[in-house]
Amino acid sequence: MKILVCISSVPDTTSKISFIDGDTKLNKAGVTYIIGPYDDYALARAVELKEQSGATITVLNVGGADAEPQIRKALAIGADDAIRVDVEPTDSFFVAEQIAAVAKEGNYDLILMGRETSDYNSGVVHGIVGEMLGIPSFSPVMQLDVNGNEASMTREIEGGKEKLTASLPLVLGCQEPIAEWKIPNMRGIMTARTKPLKVIPAAGSALTTTEKYSLPAPKGACKMIPVEEAEKLIELLKTEAKVL
Amino acid sequence: MILIFTEIADGAIKKSSLEAIYYGSKVAEMMGTTATALAIGSADAAELAKAGNFGATKVLHANDAKLANPNSMAYASVLAETVKSTGAKVVVAAKSSFADAVTARAAGALKAAVVGNVTELPNLSNGFQVKVSIFTGKAFADVNVNGDVKILAIKKNVVAPVENGNSAAVETISPALADSLFAAKVTETIKATGMISLPEADLVVSGGRGMKGPDSWQPLLDLADALGAATACSKPVSDLDWRPHHEHVGQTGVKVSPNLYIACGISGAIQHLAGVNSSKVLVVINKDPEAPFFKAADYGIVGDVFEVLPKLTKAVLAGK
Repeated sequence: MKILVCISSVPDTTSKISFIDGDTKLNKAGVTYIIGPYDDYALARAVELKEQSGATITVLNVGGADAEPQIRKALAIGADDAIRVDVEPTDSFFVAEQIAAVAKEGNYDLILMGRETSDYNSGVVHGIVGEMLGIPSFSPVMQLDVNGNEASMTREIEGGKEKLTASLPLVLGCQEPIAEWKIPNMRGIMTARTKPLKVIPAAGSALTTTEKYSLPAPKGACKMIPVEEAEKLIELLKTEAKVL
Repeated sequence: MILIFTEIADGAIKKSSLEAIYYGSKVAEMMGTTATALAIGSADAAELAKAGNFGATKVLHANDAKLANPNSMAYASVLAETVKSTGAKVVVAAKSSFADAVTARAAGALKAAVVGNVTELPNLSNGFQVKVSIFTGKAFADVNVNGDVKILAIKKNVVAPVENGNSAAVETISPALADSLFAAKVTETIKATGMISLPEADLVVSGGRGMKGPDSWQPLLDLADALGAATACSKPVSDLDWRPHHEHVGQTGVKVSPNLYIACGISGAIQHLAGVNSSKVLVVINKDPEAPFFKAADYGIVGDVFEVLPKLTKAVLAGK
């Protein structure tokens, strides 16, 4: 089985977000980058499938050279080789186009990624890739097993979940609890240094551009209600906040 | 023309989709055109005509029996075909994981620009620009949307619909459906019944580890019941299986934007805040006065949730 795992390189979820150059660029100073949290689940499940029944895992990133530490980490966790499409991942359609081009070349049985990236949270790349390749796509997938050419999955739906089966090849957007995040071991880190990482140019052009960024208005002070008068909260929510 | 992908649940248009229809009708007004709702699945024509009350002039209804159950690939095919046949240039959907799956595949088929988490009406003074929420609500971006067809997924509560009393004409459509769209087999659907949908809810009562265990949620459930609120939980709670995963709100869970979010015994880790920071009013109840959640809250009570919750429930019931 050939698995393609697409990873994004995103600011750590605890990062403080700020902008520079007249609010046109993200301030990367002091920001730690990580593998997208959802992508990390997809990678972990790919590694488990490889351990169970054998597979080769290619990790794919659409991004600049500064994403390479995250790519090396994915190799250390268990991917066999890596491809980086050398372009800033500016828009969902454009990123999907890059992934679909790599996927067409490689004939993968499974294309896994997170349900969404934690920067733009659009949650559409897997679907666009599936359509471009003419194969089924499902998201958010919280459980995945593969038996021969058949995948059985659990997908989260509003207020519950559904179990489904489909034949490979498939594109899946993954989320917890599909697997536990994996931490690379020393041997993995050593071997990751020599695993192949191919850098290729992008094709096509983005359909959106970001003109300016902004931050939410600062929050006013929290109004504290003494515990012995807790019931007053309901009155305040009715008359002052007007949400009840 | 503006086309609105309209979700149906239990035979009625979802509340979030009514917001999307209203948003679409406002965009149509700005662009000097009309808004049409595309509804897929089983629903009565009388029910669908209500789209008119929210600004749609027409409803296209695809009600082939094969479309009775939500199937993102088949729905996407219907959406893409309808965009082509109507010549719609802008598609609006209410953000949900199902709508995302549908609009994504339609975008792939149409080579359309797709933007998620739109928080305002577009700015058309120079091209087509929308404000979107990014980094899970920590920032916003003003995005210029190019491309012949534009697909916008709007967040909940970005418009306050004003009902106009109109009724929309409902027209049944029968788009071609390839067998390959039904290749996946759903073997089991497990759905909580009689619960208020969390992503759709205006009021949410949520619990964290301060709720102590899976068997001590009754006071929280009582308050939610009295308010008519949906229930939610923090990640540790769903990881521990005290509550089902679909109730998990946060960075890696459901993102909600209700009018009111009441957090009970949740400390307010940054990953949790990411899922709730677009709520209109945040209430925090925690016995630890140093809980970081108080810094993000509008109203706070320092106290034991098991003492506070029954008092609140009593006050709600007394006011009814």
